[in-house]
Amino acid sequence: MRIAACIKRVPITGGRILLTDDARAINTQHLGFTISPHEECGVEEAVRLIEANKGDSVVLTLGPSEAVEQLRDAMALGIDRAIHLQTDGQEWDAEATAGALLEAIRADESANGPFDIIFFGNESADSGGFQVGIRVAYGLGRPCVTGLKKVTLEGSQVRCEQQVEGGRDVYVVPLPAVLTVKEGLNLPRYPSVPGKMRARSKPVAVVTPSRPAPRLELVKLAVPAGQGRRAESLGSGAAAAQAVVEMLQKAGVL
Amino acid sequence: MSVLVLMEDGGPSRQTLTLARKFGEPRSVRIDAILPFAPDALATALAQAADELDASAVFAAGTERGNEVMARLAARMDLPFAANCIAAAPGDPVEVTRLRWGGSLLEEARLHSPRPLITVAPHTVAADDGSVPPEVDLHHPHDRDLTVRVSDHVEPSSAGVSLAAAKVIVSGGRGVGSKEGFAIIEELAALLGAAVGCSRAVTSAGWRPHTDQVGQTGTKVAPEVYIACGISGATQHMAGLKGAKRIVAINSDPQAPLMLNADYTVTGDLKEIVPAISAEIRKRR
Repeated sequence: MRIAACIKRVPITGGRILLTDDARAINTQHLGFTISPHEECGVEEAVRLIEANKGDSVVLTLGPSEAVEQLRDAMALGIDRAIHLQTDGQEWDAEATAGALLEAIRADESANGPFDIIFFGNESADSGGFQVGIRVAYGLGRPCVTGLKKVTLEGSQVRCEQQVEGGRDVYVVPLPAVLTVKEGLNLPRYPSVPGKMRARSKPVAVVTPSRPAPRLELVKLAVPAGQGRRAESLGSGAAAAQAVVEMLQKAGVL
Repeated sequence: MSVLVLMEDGGPSRQTLTLARKFGEPRSVRIDAILPFAPDALATALAQAADELDASAVFAAGTERGNEVMARLAARMDLPFAANCIAAAPGDPVEVTRLRWGGSLLEEARLHSPRPLITVAPHTVAADDGSVPPEVDLHHPHDRDLTVRVSDHVEPSSAGVSLAAAKVIVSGGRGVGSKEGFAIIEELAALLGAAVGCSRAVTSAGWRPHTDQVGQTGTKVAPEVYIACGISGATQHMAGLKGAKRIVAINSDPQAPLMLNADYTVTGDLKEIVPAISAEIRKRR
């Protein structure tokens, strides 16, 4: 069995987002980075499927040279190897990202055979375009099911549960397929120390696609005005309980 | 000039119409036009309808399904797609403002496209009160577009108060300290008839199931009162709170972002404060 997981490096934004001087990016000078949350669950699912069925697992990302950290993180969880579509740090729109990933996936498949499943996050935490996985699926001519909270192999098919209002909708599609997943699909494991050690020597293939002119072109970012909340202190410690209860009564919920 | 709108029942589609009317006279395709839901068939139907009408643009609400169908349409027609917009001005290029980071950041962008594909972020634009646009006749779906379709439905398993519909939520963060620490959160929630929520740090640690998570990658909530205990208030969490009417923050750090973005604050140790609130409620009964 062959499984791929596509991930994105995103900053851990903390409590307040600061922008760069030209307002075209987040100021990440004092921020850490992580795998975008939905995609972390795609990585975990890929590792579980290969643990259960044996085979080859690959993690792909399009991002700056530093994104190798997230590829190593995915390999520390158990992914076998990585493909890094390296950029110069400029923003790529979703359409261009999907095009470059499609090309890299096709190249790997022509050498090693098709992936049974390619995992994506339903949407990235930062740009939230809701489309990269779907575009890659269309390019490959494969079925794509989105927003998944449960994935079960059933022979040559996969049963997919998608969260909707009032429960879950079920889809059953033939493999090979492209699946976009959401956090809650599983609880990603913490990397073990031996896992981290092994990840250091796992192979990372680097390709450098050229960036096409974006058709969804970022002009600038802005932090929206606050909601105008002005905190009123109800006191401190256990002595504040009375004021809290009075507030709840006033709000009509007690 | 016509503009094509993918319509669902409810507010977000009425809000979508407000922006769509700037691009032309709306005609509609209903999201339940093909049942059971088959997103590739809907995308094909939209593409055919857009061509036949020579539509200047295609719009949908930025719901899960609206975004999904529009992404498939974009992939099929080889066009760019701007998701979750809050403003759009016609022109070449089209100028849009869209949400990033679950609404914690706004992006101004230019959409270079012969046929702009745009979804409108729910609850960010005033609803249109004009007439419902006339529906377009659709072709029969082709079998190859029905590979991906809903074949079954599973009811939710969890009992108790649903987070999305709860009037009161008592929510705990890293400051609760452990899985067992949630006993005092559950006790207060039970007294208030409230749902229990939590932050992403808590679900990542395995203290609570992901179904309890409030935030950008969890549930977006809209209670009358949200009581946040030991939650710092990262943007990931705040993105789920935009619909909350009143926020009460209990935290030992008065400078925590949630303390600065709350309506009411209590400073101190939640392990003393939360049981004291429960005791005060009991005393008054």
